[in-house]
Amino acid sequence: MSDRLAVRKTYKLFIGGAFPRSESGRSYPVHDAKGRFVANASQASRKDARDAVSAARKAFGGWSGRTAYNRGQILYRVAEMLEGRRDQFADELRRAGASKQAAAAEVDAAVDRWVWYAGWADKLSAVAGASNPVSGPFFNFSTPEPAGVVAVVAPDSPLLGLVSVVAPVIVSGNTCVVVASEPAPLPAVTLAEVLATSDLPGGVVNLLTGRRAEIAPWLASHMDVNGIDLTGAAAEHVRGLEEEAAGNLKRVLRPGKDAWPDDPGTARMTAFLETKTVWHPVGV
Amino acid sequence: METLNGAGGLRAFLRGLPGVDQVGAEERAARLATRSVKTTAKAEAIDLAISMVDLTTLEGADTAGKVRALCAKAAHPDPADAAVPRVAAVCVYSDMVDVAVRSLAGTDVKVASVATAFPSGRAPLEAKLVDTRAAVAAGAAEIDMVIDRGAFLAGDYSKVFEEITAVKEACGEAHLKVILETGELVTLDNVRRASWLAMRAGADFIKTSTGKVSPAATLPVTLVMLEAVRDYRAATDRQVGVKPAGGIRTTKDAIRYLVLVNETAGPDWLSPEWFRLGASSLLNDLLMQRRKLATGVYSGPDYFTLD
Repeated sequence: MSDRLAVRKTYKLFIGGAFPRSESGRSYPVHDAKGRFVANASQASRKDARDAVSAARKAFGGWSGRTAYNRGQILYRVAEMLEGRRDQFADELRRAGASKQAAAAEVDAAVDRWVWYAGWADKLSAVAGASNPVSGPFFNFSTPEPAGVVAVVAPDSPLLGLVSVVAPVIVSGNTCVVVASEPAPLPAVTLAEVLATSDLPGGVVNLLTGRRAEIAPWLASHMDVNGIDLTGAAAEHVRGLEEEAAGNLKRVLRPGKDAWPDDPGTARMTAFLETKTVWHPVGV
Repeated sequence: METLNGAGGLRAFLRGLPGVDQVGAEERAARLATRSVKTTAKAEAIDLAISMVDLTTLEGADTAGKVRALCAKAAHPDPADAAVPRVAAVCVYSDMVDVAVRSLAGTDVKVASVATAFPSGRAPLEAKLVDTRAAVAAGAAEIDMVIDRGAFLAGDYSKVFEEITAVKEACGEAHLKVILETGELVTLDNVRRASWLAMRAGADFIKTSTGKVSPAATLPVTLVMLEAVRDYRAATDRQVGVKPAGGIRTTKDAIRYLVLVNETAGPDWLSPEWFRLGASSLLNDLLMQRRKLATGVYSGPDYFTLD
C-alpha cells in the first residue's frame, strides 16, 4: 500500500462570494509559530481592494434590505457551519502557535461570540432606536440604519479577533471589506469558506490577505467606503489612516477603545450605524 | 474600385470579398486587449474616450426631463471640473430630437437620432423615410439607421443597398450612421459584407449594434469593421467612421477599443469625427477613473449623477 499524496490547499482571497487569486499574482509565505513554512497566502493589491469595495457596494442593497430577523438567522447558520469545522480551525490555530487546549478554547469562544452577535440582529433597533417625545402633533421616532460599506483592519488574533470585528459590522446590515491578520491569515481564509457555504449573500464579507500597510490606506481614502475599523492597524499608521478617512467623513473606530478581547458590548455595532429620525404627523 | 452592375454586380462584389479568419480576428482582438495603458497615457485616453462618447438614452420610458438632464451632462460631464471635455453627441429617439436640440443650443454637442423603425427596422420604406425626415427637420445632425437584417440574411443585398441610399438622400446634410446589428449577422464574413455594403451605399459611419440585441459590440466585430473602413479608404479615398455601441461599460473596455482603432485603422481614426462609443453608463466610469487619476484616491458612484 502506498502513501496518499498530500492534497494541499491553496489559500486565496474572498471577493464577491468567489475565491480569486490576487489580480497582482503575488503571494507571501506564512510561517508557523516556530518559523516553519506552512503555506503561501495571496498578497492582495490595491486593485483587489477596489474590486472588493465594488462587490461590497453591490451586496449592500440586498443585505441591508433583508429583515433583521433574517440576517440573524443567516448569522446563526454561519455559527452552525463554524461548529462543524471546529477541528480544522483548532488545527490551524495550533499551527499559529496556540496550545491544544488554548486552540480549542479560542474556537469555542469564537463560535459563542458569533452567536452572541447574531442574536443582536433583531434587537439592535429596539436598543439603539427610540420613540422621541416632541412638542407638536408628531409621532417622532429614530431608527438605526447601516452606514454602508465598512473597511475592517482585523487584529492579529487569527480567529477570535477576526470574528469579533466582522460579526458586529455585518449584523446591522453593513457589508465589509476585511484585511485579515498579516502574520496568520489562514484561519481567515477558512472562515471565508464557512461564509461562502452558509447562505450569506456573496459580497457581504470580502476578505483580503496581504500587507496591511499597503492595502489599508487605499480603503481609508476610498470615497465609496462609509466607515473604517482600525482595530488591527499598527499604532504608527492610525493617525495617517484617520486623516485619509476624513476625505469623505468616514465613521472611524479607533483601536484601543472597546478592545475586542473584552466581553463584547454594543459599541462595535453602533459605531457603524446612522440614525434616521422620522417626523410623522398625527391627528391630521 | 469597380462599379456595381445592378443587383447581380453587388452580390458578386460582396460574395467576392475575402473571408474573415475568425480565430485570427478573435486572437488578435484578445491580444490587443492585454495592452497596458497607464498614467499620463491613460489620462489622455480617458479624455479622448469622453470626447468620443455618444451619450445615449433609448428607452420606451424616456421623458423630456430625462433627455434634458442627459443633455446637461453631455455638455458638462463633470460640473465640478471644467477641464473635462464634452461628449461628442447625444443619441435619442426621433421624437426627442427637438428637446435635445433646444437643450444643447450653444454647445458643440451634436444631436443624433435613431430612425428607420429602430431597433428592428421592420417597417415599410416610406415609414422609415418619414421617420428620418422628421428627425432631420427637428434638427438632428446625425441619423442612426438600422439595416433590414432579414433582407440581408436572405441574400437580398440590393434591397438593403437601396434602403440605405434612400435614407442617405432623406438625411440631406445630416451624417448617416448605419447600424449593422452584428449580433444578428451571425458570422464575421457577414459583418465584413454588411460593412462594405453600407459604405458603398453612402454611409458616413458604420455602427455595430442597436444595444437592444445581445451580443452587442465586441472587439472582434469592431476589428473587422475597422479593417473594412481602412481598406475602403485605401480603395476610394473616402474615410468612413466606426461606432461600437452597446455593452461598453468600463474605462478598461473603452481603452481597449482605442487601442484597437490605433492598431487596425490607424491614428487617423482616433478622433470623435471618425470614432464614437455608443454608451450611457460608460461615461460615469470614465469620470470616476479620471478623478482617481487626478486625486489619487478611489472615487465612488455617489459623486456622479444617476442616469
